[in-house]
Amino acid sequence: MLDTVFFSHDLLPALNKGLLVSLALIIPAGSLGFVGGVLLGCMRVFGPHWLRRLGDWYTALLRGVPLAVQLMMIYYALPKLGIYFAPYGAALTSFILCTAAYQSEYVRGALLSIRQGQIRAAQALGFSTWQTVIWIIVPQAARRALPGCGNEIIYLIKYSSLAYLVTCMELMGEGKVVASDTFRFTEVFLTVGAYYLIMVTLATWLLRWLERRFHIPGFGAR
Amino acid sequence: MSAEREEVLRIEGISKKLGGKPILDNCSLTVHRGELKVLIGPSGAGKSTLLQCIDCLIPPDCGEIWLEGQRLAMNDKRGLCAYRAQVGMIFQDFNLFDHLTAEENVAIALRKVRGMSRKEAKARALEELGRVGLARRALLYPAQLSGGQKQRVAIARTLAMDPRVILLDEPTSALDPELVGEVLAVIRDLARGGMTMIMATHQMDFARALASEILFMERGRIIEQGVPDVLLAEGSATRTRDFCAHLLEMGA
Amino acid sequence: MDSLTVVLNALPAILAGSFVTVGNVAASLAMGLVLGVPLAVAQVYGNRWARRLVALYVWFFRGVPILVLLFLCYGLFISLGLPANPFLICCLVLGCTSTAYQSQIFRGAIESLPHGQLKAARALGMRDITGIRCIILPQALRLSIPGWANEFSILLKDSAICYVLGTQDIMARASFVAARTHEHLALYAAAGLIYLVLTLVVLKLLRRLEYKVHVPGYSTGMGTEGMGVG
Repeated sequence: MLDTVFFSHDLLPALNKGLLVSLALIIPAGSLGFVGGVLLGCMRVFGPHWLRRLGDWYTALLRGVPLAVQLMMIYYALPKLGIYFAPYGAALTSFILCTAAYQSEYVRGALLSIRQGQIRAAQALGFSTWQTVIWIIVPQAARRALPGCGNEIIYLIKYSSLAYLVTCMELMGEGKVVASDTFRFTEVFLTVGAYYLIMVTLATWLLRWLERRFHIPGFGAR
Repeated sequence: MSAEREEVLRIEGISKKLGGKPILDNCSLTVHRGELKVLIGPSGAGKSTLLQCIDCLIPPDCGEIWLEGQRLAMNDKRGLCAYRAQVGMIFQDFNLFDHLTAEENVAIALRKVRGMSRKEAKARALEELGRVGLARRALLYPAQLSGGQKQRVAIARTLAMDPRVILLDEPTSALDPELVGEVLAVIRDLARGGMTMIMATHQMDFARALASEILFMERGRIIEQGVPDVLLAEGSATRTRDFCAHLLEMGA
Repeated sequence: MDSLTVVLNALPAILAGSFVTVGNVAASLAMGLVLGVPLAVAQVYGNRWARRLVALYVWFFRGVPILVLLFLCYGLFISLGLPANPFLICCLVLGCTSTAYQSQIFRGAIESLPHGQLKAARALGMRDITGIRCIILPQALRLSIPGWANEFSILLKDSAICYVLGTQDIMARASFVAARTHEHLALYAAAGLIYLVLTLVVLKLLRRLEYKVHVPGYSTGMGTEGMGVG
C-alpha cells in the first residue's frame, strides 16, 4: 500500500534538504528578529517622541499588511529601486523585518507593564538609572515578554513556508517540486505537514521548559 | 528642648509645581536625631509630594536639602544616588520588586549599591527580616505575601541600608484594617529604638502616642506644627484639632 | 505607461478582488465560530476523550502552515475525485484553522469566568446545557471579542496566501497584473494598502460591536479604554 521506495528515494532526501534551508531561515530570522524587536520595543517606550511615532507607524504597517505582500515587495519590487535580493536573502530580510515588528509589540507591553512604583523604589534605595534597568526592569520585562515572544517564534516556523512564494527552495518548495513531478499531493504534503508539526511541537516544548525554568509566582500564567 | 540635639535632615523653602498648579509652597522643616515627625492633613495637601521631594524622587523646583550638615547638590547624579542610599523611603503601595524573593528584595540594594558580597548581603537580609518578624518567609515572592507582610519586607529593605532617616508615606493606608497593627508595631519599635523618621499618616492615635512633633499640611503648606499634646489639647483652637475631630466623625 | 496609470487601470479589478477576499474571510470566520464554540465547550466541560480529541485537532491545525494545508487539501480533493474549486478549498482550510484558533479563544474566555456561575445556574435547577447556553456563553462571547478581532486580522492576512491555488482575490489580481506590467512596486503597495484599510475598517466595526454589547463589569481592554466606562 505505502510506497516505501518513493518515500526513501524521492521524498525524504528532498525534504531533508529543504529542512536545512528552512532552519537556515528560521534560526537567523528568529534571533535577529528578536534582537530587532527588543530594540524597536525599547525605542517605542523610551525613545523621544518622534522616534516613538516612527516605531508605532512601522509596527502598524508591518502588522497590517500580509506577509505574502511584504515578501513580494521585497523580492519583485525592490529591484525597481536598484536593490536586488536572491530568493533566500529576500525571504530572510522580510522575515526579520516582520518578526521584529510583532516582537516589539510584546516587548513594549512587557516594559509598560512594570509598575512605576518599583522604579521609584529602586531610585529611593540609591540605584542609578543603569542599575535600575539591569536589575529591576530587564528581569521582569523578560519574564512578561517570554510567552508572547516564544509564540511569535512558533508562528515564524509556520510562516517560513511562505519563502516558497519567492522561489526559495525550503521545505515547502522542495515538497511542491516532488508533488508536481509525481502528482502525489496528499502523501507529499502530509509528510511536509509532519515536518512542520515536529518543528512546532519541539519549539513549544522548549518554550514551556523555558517558562517553567524561569517561573516566579506572580508572573505569567494569567 | 532639642536645641542641643544633633540635626539630621533640614529642608528649606521647597516648592513644586506640577502642570502649572502649585503642589508644594515653600516648605521647611528640620529633623533631629531620634525624632519622629508626623505629617497630617487632608488628602491632596501635598504630604506625599513633600516626602518624595525630600528623597528627590520628584525633583523640587526650588529649595535646599541638608543631610547631616551637608548640602545636597541635586544635579550631581552620583551624589544623588549616594544621598538616596542614606535616606530610606517606605511607600504606600510597598513597591517590592516582584521578581525577587523577600530575602533578595532586601539584599539586592546591599549588593548593587553598597557593594556587599552575596553572602554578606544574604546574612544581613535575613537579620533584617528577622527584625520585622519575617525570617520564615524569606524565600517567598511578593505575590505570595499578604499586604502587611509586604510592607514589613519593604521596611526591612530600607533598614538594611542603615538609613540616617526614614521617610514613610502613609505606610498603612493600602492595608486591610486587620493588617495595620503588625506594621504599626514594627514602626513603633523603630521609634522606640531611636530611629529618625518622617511619617505621613492618618493614624491619629499612633501620632499622638509617638510623635515628637506633628506638622499639619494644607494646600501645599505646613500651616501648624507643634508637640501633639499642645496641638491636640482639649479646647485648643487649632486646624489640626478640627481635622482630627473630623477624622473621628468620618471613621470608626 | 507610468506606475500610476497602471495602478489606476488595475484598481477596479483589484478592488473587485476584495469581495473575494472578504467573502473568503467571512465564510472562514463564520465556520470557525460555528465549530469553535462547541469545540471549546467540549474541551472545558467534556469528558477525557472529548478533551483529547479537541486538543489533537487544535495541535494539528496550529502546527501545520496554511500553505501546506492548502496543497494537502487540494491533493485530497483530486484523489477523492471532487471538483477542486479553489475558493471552496481556501474557505475550508482557513475555516478549519480558524476553528482551532477560535476554540482556544473561547476556551480561554470560558475558563476566565468565575466557577460559581455554572453552579448558580445548577442551583436554580437549570440543566447543564441550558446553563452553558444561557449563562456561560453570553458572558464568554463578550469577553472573546478582542481575541476575535485579532483572529479576524490574522485571517485576513492569511487569506492572501490563497492566491497560490488561483482564487481571484486581491493578492491574485495584483500579482497577475504585476507579472504583465512589471509594476510590482506600485501594485503590491496598492494591494497592501487595501488590506490595511480592510483591517482598520473591520476592527473599528468590531470595536463598535464591543461597545454596543458592553455590560458593566466586563472590561475587555479593547474598546472601553478612554471611554470612561466600567
